[in-house]
Amino acid sequence: MAAAEFGWLGLSFMNSRKERNRPAKTESIVTAGSVERFTPGTVTAVPVGQFYLACLGDGSFLALSRTCTHLGCSVPWDEEKNKFVCPCHGSTFSLTGEVLTAPAPRPLDTYPVRIENGIVKVDTSVTQKRERFEPAQATRI
Amino acid sequence: MKQSRRSITDLILHLHPHTVPRETLRVSLSWGLGGMAAVLVGLLFLTGILQLFVYQSSVHQAYASVLILTREVPFGLWVRNIHHWSANLLVVAAVLHLLRVALTGAFGQGRRLNWVVGLFLLFLLLSANFTGYLLPWDQLAYWAVTICTSMLGYIPICGPWLLELFRGGSEIGGPTLANFFVLHVAFIPGSLFVLMLWHFWLVRRAGGLVQVKKDEQVPVDRVPTVPDLVVREAAFGLLLIAFVLILAIVWDAPLLEQANPGMSPNPAKAPWYFLGFQELLLHLHPVFATLVWPLMGALAFLCVPFWADSSLPTGVWFGSARGRTLAVWTSAVGAGATLALVLTDNLLLQSAAPVSNTLMTRGLLPTGLLIALLAGLYFLLVRKLKYTRAETVMAGIILTLVVLTACTIIGVWFRGPEMHLSWP
Ligand code: FES
Repeated sequence: MAAAEFGWLGLSFMNSRKERNRPAKTESIVTAGSVERFTPGTVTAVPVGQFYLACLGDGSFLALSRTCTHLGCSVPWDEEKNKFVCPCHGSTFSLTGEVLTAPAPRPLDTYPVRIENGIVKVDTSVTQKRERFEPAQATRI
Repeated sequence: MKQSRRSITDLILHLHPHTVPRETLRVSLSWGLGGMAAVLVGLLFLTGILQLFVYQSSVHQAYASVLILTREVPFGLWVRNIHHWSANLLVVAAVLHLLRVALTGAFGQGRRLNWVVGLFLLFLLLSANFTGYLLPWDQLAYWAVTICTSMLGYIPICGPWLLELFRGGSEIGGPTLANFFVLHVAFIPGSLFVLMLWHFWLVRRAGGLVQVKKDEQVPVDRVPTVPDLVVREAAFGLLLIAFVLILAIVWDAPLLEQANPGMSPNPAKAPWYFLGFQELLLHLHPVFATLVWPLMGALAFLCVPFWADSSLPTGVWFGSARGRTLAVWTSAVGAGATLALVLTDNLLLQSAAPVSNTLMTRGLLPTGLLIALLAGLYFLLVRKLKYTRAETVMAGIILTLVVLTACTIIGVWFRGPEMHLSWP
């Protein structure tokens, strides 16, 4: 009994720490650059926002989280192989963030992209999970 | 002088009975593994306290304080190395101790509870090692902890909640370090201490170490604890301490660059004692690798003493000569099969097109196969080859440990960049 109570108390103490560290839910818009800067079929890392901006073949944009959906390592873009390769358990992702090799269970998360006056802007406060890639996820001009 | 010596003897006799059966002094019965584990825990306590004077548990200062410890504090490097090596050896000693207990039939009647306490101790010391791993806040630490805490996220229903609980927020950062620090220096050592005392007391209540069953009429040949047992314990303990101290002079504990949340090292490996697990991660769907399989394993180990007649005859290694042959075969087959499976699956992974529905193909299917295989083996051994249940259970325990060891070896030496198979 006493042990259970102490355990519960401990948990709620730990829990309080988590509540205090909730990031404030404000928009945080990162400006990635003007549309012309990106060539279709390439991936550009945007270090300030900790994401990748993928410019798809048809010129539409997708902001991809760099966190592997398997267990959270940070995935680098491999220019030569033309895919994302996770160093931790070897998952690979395509340009659109789709899984090419397991163990990752779903595509890389995305952030909403907006194009205002030819400038690409990404809202990094909202992470969007998805099961597969659909063209509607990409933003075009 | 006389007086103080008496009081020391009294203290020893609080922990030990007055006399012990001569037979249990035989080194080859227990290899002193439990005692070794206790000595290592002692070393860990001492070196841990010393390091607490220097270490600072904030994201900005942790790495620097470890550098100060290793570079400026007299003997700081050595103390850190001793802590590191004791922790690593402790995992080895504890697992071997578990194996010894299983192979000499020491979890039967009267010792069941102690087996369970022992398993909890093993769990605690693994968590101690793991929480300690984060404290230096270097690349190794940061990514190993990222991976391991992410695993929690796959637990159905309460997973995401647990994940945030341990991380102290949605990302790894200051609060995570603070949480792990408290767990590592207060919660875990405290629990470890209590459980260890309980563990020792239960050994004593069960009449000391296991012995070969004899006929009741013949009185057991007993020798006094002081000096016969104590001298042996002291010799073993001092030898071990000397070994660790030398090890800590020769090899330094690793320390990479400061943690960088933007870049995972390639390959990013967990500490070696988790690499067996990591191998599972490469082959199975995460829910099965992080939750279902470990849970099945843990439950099986917890329940095994409560299955009637599952313990070998006491005090004889492998129960009998026949048991020994079975053990050797199990180890060989287990190691071979693991290697074959890893290689085949590696080919599959590389050739296959993007797979959908991995929950089926890499989750339920292999789990079903595993259960069928184990049931089949049990049937074969018990019904066809007429092994006893205890011998079969022993084979199962050996098989589990052999598979884990094989995976660990593959993980440590044969996994290169991006975790592809490669030569060391
Ligand atoms: S974390 Fe990327 S594959 Fe495991």
